[in-house]
Amino acid sequence: MAEITPLRSPAETGLAKLFEATKMRYPTGVSIAREEAFRYFEAVGLPTRRVEAFKYTDLRSAFRDAAAPAEMPSAETAQAALSGAKGFAGLEALRLDFVNGHLITGSSDLGRAPEGVTITPLTEALSQGHALLDRLTPVRQASENPIYQLNTAFLADGALIHVAAGAKVEGPIHLRFVGAGGEAFSTATRVLVVLEEGAEATILETHEGPDGVAYQPNDAVDVVVGDHAVFRHARLNAEGRETVALSTLSARLGVEAAIETVNVVVGGVLSRHQVYLNFAGADAKAIVNGATMLNGSQLADTTFLADHAATGGVSRELFKTVVDGSATGVFQGKIIVQQAAQQTDGKMMSACLILSEDGQMMNKPELEIFADDVACGHGATCGALDEDLLFYLMQRGLPKAQAESLLVQAFLGEAIEAVSHEGAREALVGTIEAWLKARG
Amino acid sequence: MPAVQETIDRVRSIDLDQYKYGFETTIEMEKSEKGISEDVIRFISAKKDEPEWMLAWRLDAYKRWQTMKEPEWARVSYDKVDYKDIYYYAAPKRPAAMSLDEIDPEILKTYEKLGIPLREVEVLEGIAPERRVAVDAVFDSVSVATTFKAELSKAGVIFMPISEAIREYPDLVKKYLGSVVPVTDNFFATLNSAVFSDGSFVYIPPGVRCPMELSTYFRINERDTGQFERTLIIADKGSYVSYLEGCTAPKRDDNQLHAAVVELVALDDAEIKYSTVQNWYPGDNEGRGGIYNFVTKRGDCRGVNSKISWTQVETGSAITWKYPSCILRGDNSRGEFYSIAVSNGMQQVDSGTKMIHLGKNTTSRIISKGISAGRSQNTYRGLVSAHRKATGARNFTNCDSLLIGDQCGAHTVPYIESKNSSAQFEHEATTSKISEDQMFYCQSRGLSNEEATALIVNGFVRDVLQQLPMEFAVEAQKLISISLEGSVG
Repeated sequence: MAEITPLRSPAETGLAKLFEATKMRYPTGVSIAREEAFRYFEAVGLPTRRVEAFKYTDLRSAFRDAAAPAEMPSAETAQAALSGAKGFAGLEALRLDFVNGHLITGSSDLGRAPEGVTITPLTEALSQGHALLDRLTPVRQASENPIYQLNTAFLADGALIHVAAGAKVEGPIHLRFVGAGGEAFSTATRVLVVLEEGAEATILETHEGPDGVAYQPNDAVDVVVGDHAVFRHARLNAEGRETVALSTLSARLGVEAAIETVNVVVGGVLSRHQVYLNFAGADAKAIVNGATMLNGSQLADTTFLADHAATGGVSRELFKTVVDGSATGVFQGKIIVQQAAQQTDGKMMSACLILSEDGQMMNKPELEIFADDVACGHGATCGALDEDLLFYLMQRGLPKAQAESLLVQAFLGEAIEAVSHEGAREALVGTIEAWLKARG
Repeated sequence: MPAVQETIDRVRSIDLDQYKYGFETTIEMEKSEKGISEDVIRFISAKKDEPEWMLAWRLDAYKRWQTMKEPEWARVSYDKVDYKDIYYYAAPKRPAAMSLDEIDPEILKTYEKLGIPLREVEVLEGIAPERRVAVDAVFDSVSVATTFKAELSKAGVIFMPISEAIREYPDLVKKYLGSVVPVTDNFFATLNSAVFSDGSFVYIPPGVRCPMELSTYFRINERDTGQFERTLIIADKGSYVSYLEGCTAPKRDDNQLHAAVVELVALDDAEIKYSTVQNWYPGDNEGRGGIYNFVTKRGDCRGVNSKISWTQVETGSAITWKYPSCILRGDNSRGEFYSIAVSNGMQQVDSGTKMIHLGKNTTSRIISKGISAGRSQNTYRGLVSAHRKATGARNFTNCDSLLIGDQCGAHTVPYIESKNSSAQFEHEATTSKISEDQMFYCQSRGLSNEEATALIVNGFVRDVLQQLPMEFAVEAQKLISISLEGSVG
């Protein structure tokens, strides 16, 4: 019988070759998972618009070819790249530095972890077969996702952060991802965070890189938020203008656990940030916000999923998108309430401002509900700046550009307010101001 | 708030066997051979005495259909129809009736039992003249009677079975048939194009306000048959028509297919109001039997300032796959979609609408209310899109779901695509159970649990019921209370 070989895009063929060539090079101990992940990815391929979850983000056409995984950069390259990093630069924090997807142990504060916090480079954890790794089974929906599977298949580096029971970590831990170099490359990092019962920690993430290089980062953060634990998270995507940036945050929430995560996007020619929340314990709470600013021909996709499996979960999502130029904003959100998850309270809102003629916004807010005693809702709005508000401000003497900026800032600011860490919040407000200033 | 125990118990105990239109009419029928083939299509076409171009159109559709796949994206699961094992044409054996007296008395009795007046006199006696309704009664594959034809033709309104229109007004049919739902639109629409048997044809001439409500009543009677009706309504410039549609079928253990296509065309300043009360047999409590309702309905606001409004009350069918849509092509045109979808037992509903804004200053409004009970699944799926040239487009969407019992599901899948900065889209959706505050408010004013629930559910669907013409609103209200008997008091 003739075998049927599906047509592969150059990028898919490239990825297969790269996988074969590099699979032995990376940390041992996960070769089976890696192999399985790649076989999974190979079977589905790079998703096109025909795949419902990628209806508005065609990865097959975004990846013209697959860039080779980046090598560990030289100390000088790393130092130069890190010294130019701007995200949360002045902030007092414990830093873990990644350049081209590799943990730079020399510049990272690995030894300075406060009491109750243990940080292990992922390569080390994997080769030792760290006991914690067993607890990090991914959220189901993430493991069915080709982006996450690619991350597993090419996983090169990362960190394992453990916060002991009851430890309340004061300062933030800043994961600083910087891209460097003049040639296209790809990265695959994974940061695993385990918060034991009653622990509290703040993780900040920044992603930056050169403008003229079409590098391809794929970063994943997996979090286990133990019972009564609190995880706070703010993330800034300030990738280069040519970057195709893929990222996933998946979290499993224990009883009365809380998560707060805010994602701010200004970079990347195409970016997709996926958030998967699994409400495994009762009465868990989540705040998931996003502020996205786009211009030129950028496309930014925010894909969110909350899977309520236990009673009394509360989730609040607020996603704000501002579209300028001929950019495209995409929001796909889904709240699933399983039959057991009675008394779930979920509210999801996506609002978009289109500032230009050619801007586009695609919204797909879904509800999938199998329990009757719930209060779930979603809203989606899309439109131009309110003429009346503009008029009001201009009448009071503000030039049009400034009036617009003020309104846009207020619009986006609402999503950022949720960031508990004051310094991080102010820095993100600064990001919005800088974006508006550059707009002129 | 958990539903009052009483309500839950009652909902559970609802016996779907209370479907009161489940009787069968025994008359001699003439059928095509089983299955689908070019010969069967030729047979149907010959039966309808169709011109050559119509047959060619059908055969072309059939060719297309053979290359197509049944869609699987909807949130419904069912045993696939064996397209080789059903009859595509079934009609009462008696020759076509010229007057009511010639109609098989069994059929007349059937419609009497269904409460559909086929005799104009009775209509006049029963109801005040301004509330008269002209009826086209379609029994399996043929139209058996059309009332008030003469009076309508005085106003220039053409209202007749589509098979007759193909013979008498070929130019009109040729011009508009397939112009809103193209032959290749989707699997079921293409199948319908190949084998459609009957349905209504309506043409309202320029400037005419149709003097009465028009309606078509569809009845599936024969076993193992599919019903493939085709409806085409054209409202010429400045005209207005309100059209009603109702449907029922006998109770049977096996599933039957209903794959209709409805096309609406509204020219400049015209308005079409299309209302459906869908009450096909929903199957029994265990999910045995029931109609597969796979329908393509679309309206084209082709002219400026035109308006198309869809109102639907969906209580029947085992599986519903239906998305009445509006293409807002003309500038300032308006589309509306009002829907109540009630599911109970093992019913699965995947329904919604598409509002496609192409012209300037087009507006649309979507109000969808889903009520799920029993072990049913109820999905709203909708698209609102504004194309680049749709400057000033506006949409407001509100879809609410109410869950009664903990075995059912309610889902919302909206797509909102804006490609124009001046388009303003607002979408809101909620899923809940009856709010505690509302219950408390009612109860503190002396209403019992049941009364309060009834009041709140009625309020929940009121926005939609208000859109229905009087005759249907009453029927719809009754249907909803039967479908949810016990839970709404």
